[in-house]
Amino acid sequence: MKTRREFIKISALGLGGVAALSSISPLTRGASAIEKLLGLNRNKPRIVKRVPSYCEVCFWKCALWADVDDSGRVVNLTGNADDPHCNGRLCPRGTGGIGMLYDEDRLKKPLIRVNGENGQTFREASWEEALDLVANKLKEIADKYGPESIALFNHGSPGHHLGHLLKALGSDNIAAPSYAQCRGPREVGFEFTFGTGVGSPEPTDIRDTRCLVLIGSHIGENMHNGQVQEMSDAIDRGATIITVDPRFSTAASKSKYWLPIKPATDIALLLAWINVLITEELYDKDFVEKYTTGFDKLKSYIRPFTPEWAYGITTLEPDLIRKTAREMGSAAPAVIVHPGRHVTWYGDDTQRARAVAILNALLGNWGRRGGFYFKEAKPLPEYPTPEYPKPSWSWKDVTNDKYPAARLSVSNALIDASIHSEDKPARIKAWLVAGTNLPLTIPQKDTLEKAFQDIEFLMVLDTMPMEITGYADVVLPECTYLERDDDIRNEPHRELNIAVRLAAMEPMYDTKPGWWVARELGLRLGLEKYFPWKEYREVIEWQLSQIGTSVDEMQRLGVKKFEGRKTPLYAETPEDYQFKTPSGKIELYSEQLESMGFDAIPRFTQHPEPPEGYYRLIYGRAPMHTFSRTANNPYLVDLMKENSVWVNPRVAALWGLKNGQYVWLKNQDGVVSHFPTKVRITERIRWDSVYIVHGFGHHDKKLSRAYGRGANDTELITRVSVDPLMGGTGMRGNFVTFVTENPGKEVVS
Amino acid sequence: MRYAMAIDTRKCVGCGDCVVACQVENNVPIGYCRDWVVESMAGTYPKLEIEIRSERCNHCDNAPCVRCCPTGASHIVEGGIVLVTHQKCIGCGACIQSCPYDARYSHPDGYVDKCTFCNHRIAEGKDPACVSVCPTKCMYFGDLDDPNSPVSKALQDRRYKTLAPEAGTHPQIYYLL
Ligand code: SF4
Repeated sequence: MKTRREFIKISALGLGGVAALSSISPLTRGASAIEKLLGLNRNKPRIVKRVPSYCEVCFWKCALWADVDDSGRVVNLTGNADDPHCNGRLCPRGTGGIGMLYDEDRLKKPLIRVNGENGQTFREASWEEALDLVANKLKEIADKYGPESIALFNHGSPGHHLGHLLKALGSDNIAAPSYAQCRGPREVGFEFTFGTGVGSPEPTDIRDTRCLVLIGSHIGENMHNGQVQEMSDAIDRGATIITVDPRFSTAASKSKYWLPIKPATDIALLLAWINVLITEELYDKDFVEKYTTGFDKLKSYIRPFTPEWAYGITTLEPDLIRKTAREMGSAAPAVIVHPGRHVTWYGDDTQRARAVAILNALLGNWGRRGGFYFKEAKPLPEYPTPEYPKPSWSWKDVTNDKYPAARLSVSNALIDASIHSEDKPARIKAWLVAGTNLPLTIPQKDTLEKAFQDIEFLMVLDTMPMEITGYADVVLPECTYLERDDDIRNEPHRELNIAVRLAAMEPMYDTKPGWWVARELGLRLGLEKYFPWKEYREVIEWQLSQIGTSVDEMQRLGVKKFEGRKTPLYAETPEDYQFKTPSGKIELYSEQLESMGFDAIPRFTQHPEPPEGYYRLIYGRAPMHTFSRTANNPYLVDLMKENSVWVNPRVAALWGLKNGQYVWLKNQDGVVSHFPTKVRITERIRWDSVYIVHGFGHHDKKLSRAYGRGANDTELITRVSVDPLMGGTGMRGNFVTFVTENPGKEVVS
Repeated sequence: MRYAMAIDTRKCVGCGDCVVACQVENNVPIGYCRDWVVESMAGTYPKLEIEIRSERCNHCDNAPCVRCCPTGASHIVEGGIVLVTHQKCIGCGACIQSCPYDARYSHPDGYVDKCTFCNHRIAEGKDPACVSVCPTKCMYFGDLDDPNSPVSKALQDRRYKTLAPEAGTHPQIYYLL
């Protein structure tokens, strides 16, 4: 029998009292609980050591030094000067990382869901009890339905440890929303064209580029550190920036050309740009000849898609389209049409990414200085553990029939596979969730809710009482990245490099590292041979020894660079360069796609437009926040405590809206935002759209600073256009209108 | 010697890192700040311009806050840095009123506080915290009397402005345009 899973929003016993803070206005309070926790005694702290780590406030993973004072507390974080991800400068979130460490709303003890008289609630538990419970549940479910029925949703390093556990158990149903809710389409689009995806960090040689083209990508508001730094260098050197965005983004304000495109028409612009490059013969002829296939087909296909044709669709002047194409052509090959990062917009996103890839190919910038460089990572052997058992079915079996080109697991496909119906019994029965707040991440809340009701068990590992914890049967409090040893970072970059994360202080409260949780569960599940270490330091030490370094040395360096790249950084004379496509060349015309029944060259299709009185909901990022994970960080709340809805003055006049007024947003399906958001009347947004920053409108009261602040874009995204190639959830096809009178909702003052 | 700062409005993205770095470095209580970010916009869609500025005490040559301080808590030290001696400050707030840049705030412990150009860091040969953290490297600090200092060099080949020059304070934060 199934118990309905209630969302638990009340504080657990023993967690009471924390909400009091939110009623105190930050401008009048004296030394508050958080300041006491911060341990800032207003005297200059005496720094006794610095410990190397890398940041996990976002997933750019900047290497840093944690300064520790004589009381053993981390008091300051600074970037590691040798780190190619940050060059010694953390972003505001990274600098404010200690706000995550000392956030008094952190999860402090394991919690177990109990059925009480007044509904369901959490009670605190010991680790022993909580881990036994999780292990027993997982065992029961694995015995009954097979280990494959357990899925993991994750982001960041705890996911790697739990992933190891899950694979050892015999399941590879592991998904990160960073694929199907974010950058998946660009990976697939580039793979079909160049044979390789883009990856993170993007190998865009921005620091040396002469022309950077951004399409809806708002670097500067999207604060991926190294990339922002390089854009700033490019500005310094007078590089031309071209920004395509219906919103006058910060990047647009730094650009020589801003193309205020009508939303949902980007492919038309891309085709017109390709048209100009080809008809005016601005493309790199040698490069195209040597390294691409299908140019003739592209050339005849593209003929009708002139700037004049695109004008009617995009509202962009033909002249502007031509001028910007010529800028790209004359800067080539030191030009980058940026692949973007969050690209799940309209459902034809893989094809849009293909168009971006084709444009880049015509400009001949692959492997060129100022274009795309060849990245390489330091090979790092994994600590030896036995081979994983082979699952009897995998994520591919519930994904690739629907989305043939998905190369990684698609979170929404796993969610669908967790929902029970008469004709299609659920194959997934239990979830582990780590480091991702699904309710503020996954669109189509109703589907997610159904899955929450149908799964038999949900364990959440997190540092904060994010909304996802409210659905959990067991909540395990992870310590923050500053309180744990963790995996070595060895991401591909210009130079081979590694960075370590070593615990800078003892975990606060009763919290534990992700690796420890995974191991303890592993031991309880009879998987001890997969966890032959007692401390994660042993794993790190062994791995470091394999590449000629040690914990000792890394304690001094934090980041280590290595000689000996196997591939060149640039392929200045890539005579025999082989692309990893079936033809070995860059595929301008994709026979692969054609044989799968898809367009071989991207096609523009019309997308739905806002109905009368509604505006397209565009969402994005602010530089001081990461998704929904930072909305309670005291330092970052200080910089931005809520989002606002950007409204064009013409629209505001029509609705009689005033600056600073709170409104609720209602979408095309009648869904009204939980909380109101402030109107920001600004010329920076088109009249057919509104804009809000993603990640606000938290509805879990345990997040005392974030609760009720702003509107949650994710709950307004009830319609998705799913990418038929890889399952990405296109989320920019939702339209909202304003509700100015309180529709009977709770308001947080 | 004359310390000053130049801030490149073309590079600044308004991320607020300078604000957090200052709070952490100088134990500025949460809810208060010694530096902040301002954005001003001109034009109508789609002909728009934004200027983003990181602002703070201008360490004015002709500082009204120092002139009006009844206890001498506000004073100027070597290099033109305007400081407040917390122990001498009675929290009367006259300086807050007199500052055309709104650069000072009342600390909850009862004194007035503001940017010090991180003089404790300068003494160690470091840049102020905001300058050294900025991901866009849009801030240049140093001695105006030294033609090779980053700030002098930044001002050599760019147009720049100061804020509220009409107030006659001779501010020492320069904004590169
Ligand atoms: S970009 Fe910022 S938040 Fe992301 S890892 Fe780097 S410092 Fe941390």
